[in-house]
Amino acid sequence: MSPDLCRHLLREMMRIRAVEETIAERYSEQKMRCPTHLSIGQEAPAAAAGAVLMATDMAVSGHRAHAHYLAKGGNLAAMIAEIYGKVTGCSRGKGGSMHLVDEMVGFMGSTAIVGGTVPVGVGLALSRAIAAKGEIVCIFMGDAVMETGVFYESANFAAVHRLPVLFVCENNLYSVYSPLQVRQPTDRSIARTAAAMGLTSVSGDGNDVLVSYDLIRAAADRARSGEGPQFVELATYRWREHCGPDYDNTIGYRAEEEFEAWKTLDPIPRLTKALLQVGTIDQAWIEAMMREISAEVDEAFAFAESSPFPAASDAFTDLYSKEVVSYHP
Amino acid sequence: MTYAQAIRDGLSVALAKDPSVLVYGLGVPDPKGVFGTTLDLHKDYGPSRVFDIPTSENAMTGIAIGAALGGLRPVLTHQRLDFALLSLDQIINNAAKWRFMFGGKRSVPMTIRMILGRGWGQGPTHSQNLQALFAHIPGLCVVSPTTPADAKGLLLSSIFGEDPVIFLEHRWLHNVKGEVPHGDYRVPIGKASLMRSGSDVTVVAMSLMSVEAVHAVDHLAKQGVSCDLIDLRSLRPIDWPMIEASVRRTGRLLALDGGHETGGIAGEIIAHIATRCWQDLRAAPKRLAMPDVPEATSPPLTEGYHVRAEHVAAAIAQLMVRDLETDSLAAARQYPHDVPGDWFQGPF
Repeated sequence: MSPDLCRHLLREMMRIRAVEETIAERYSEQKMRCPTHLSIGQEAPAAAAGAVLMATDMAVSGHRAHAHYLAKGGNLAAMIAEIYGKVTGCSRGKGGSMHLVDEMVGFMGSTAIVGGTVPVGVGLALSRAIAAKGEIVCIFMGDAVMETGVFYESANFAAVHRLPVLFVCENNLYSVYSPLQVRQPTDRSIARTAAAMGLTSVSGDGNDVLVSYDLIRAAADRARSGEGPQFVELATYRWREHCGPDYDNTIGYRAEEEFEAWKTLDPIPRLTKALLQVGTIDQAWIEAMMREISAEVDEAFAFAESSPFPAASDAFTDLYSKEVVSYHP
Repeated sequence: MTYAQAIRDGLSVALAKDPSVLVYGLGVPDPKGVFGTTLDLHKDYGPSRVFDIPTSENAMTGIAIGAALGGLRPVLTHQRLDFALLSLDQIINNAAKWRFMFGGKRSVPMTIRMILGRGWGQGPTHSQNLQALFAHIPGLCVVSPTTPADAKGLLLSSIFGEDPVIFLEHRWLHNVKGEVPHGDYRVPIGKASLMRSGSDVTVVAMSLMSVEAVHAVDHLAKQGVSCDLIDLRSLRPIDWPMIEASVRRTGRLLALDGGHETGGIAGEIIAHIATRCWQDLRAAPKRLAMPDVPEATSPPLTEGYHVRAEHVAAAIAQLMVRDLETDSLAAARQYPHDVPGDWFQGPF
């Protein structure tokens, strides 16, 4: 893997982490008034996929989508403004943290119902197959999507039509407070289930960004070259509570030791250490990146804070296209 | 041509006009072609644009949303509305809200055809008309054409409009014949049609109920009672200006409903008129709808279940406080109560 790519992946993870940490720090100010699901600890799959996907490729995601949106190139300031409910937000304040969109970079939307964007991604892939320009669609999903019926329906259709779609499944072991073993049989892997549906399926360490990159790169290449739908399961872990800024290991649904064990696998120091060792980066590079990122994040929050709220009358707009609105005052 | 042929004609016009139009659904390219409405379209436009699907209603609806976001104009067909209930998540959480929840940037132009079954023992889960459920959802358009021309015109407006449309077609209308304009004929969504005009009573109906109402209104016209018969065509948005203007003239309102009474369209129309036109009303409004029980299977159990022309005529007579002859409407029907005509012999 090239030094440039390694540096890019590290910087992308650092950037996502910094954004999420800043949201967590400032969430208690009560200015971000919407359910917010942070990806701290599981930045590697997003960073890897973002580096693999081309600008013309598309992506969709679910409720925990900040990292995916940012990695795909989504506008940071518009995302923060959206979380602040401002009219300059990517969804003009209509959607909040769980409804991010930036079609300019192919991030076609994230929604709040588990599994809800899976068929949307497959439909986008159908449109890409018809357009025949070699574009692919990435569907970001979590382990709980494997428990929804719509996943199997969508995967089946994608397999029947050999659509250029790439499922990236972040298995972080929990759906809210419910551990994987009460939701899926312990002797059945997610990747094998996907394979049984006709998806070419691989799995690996989702806290190792280089492993994640290699798996996603190969799968994306297969999807692009007409080999049909691809599935990549990446094992990872969410550090903070399901929804909100805090740590919640004390409430009793998971053990502090489990969290500490996963924390030692933090993808950012893992790559940092490896790159320092081989001389791809040095301390000065890290500090320079931190300064750049910090300035960008500060600027995004300042933009969000200083942006106006939508007018109250905006609550009634954007529902129908013009031709219907004219009949529907 | 028949209503079913008019739908096929509309689909064919759309497919020919715009390569982004897709037509898919269970049975779409099969030898029966969804009661003839999609017959052989795949032969003219190819299997990549007209195709059969897995039995996966929810995903195929989300796939239509994604296809629409990707620049296509999908038409999804369900042989019964009942089957589409599996797709409520995608319809309500995604299709209806996409434009709104992403700040108005992007519409999802898509058409979901749902066929309303009835009679011949189709029973509790093959004969539901849940039009009010869809009409309740902000962000959806719901249309329910009565005539072959309106079926084609509303279908083309649905396909080439920018909003998600639930297109309700009654199975009993598929064989109704009428004049249908050639080519790319459009009927605007949200505009009702005045099927009969009169001064005594405003009758508001939709789909098959409008056909029953035509029989009743024409029968009573011979006895000196004249009615405005408003065929809604669109159930969301509803053409309130036409209904309000009519009631202001007649002072009497009968709302018909092809769905269950509680929470139905007829109730909505009466509520709207009662709150906006109270001073114009000369009699308490009436409604006739399906009862609040599912439709059973055995023929005797469906005999008094549906609203027919004689019930409509009797309700109009009550509004007029007149003793009018209505029995002959039932006596004139030549076919068993559970079929629309001799063309309808099951199993569908």
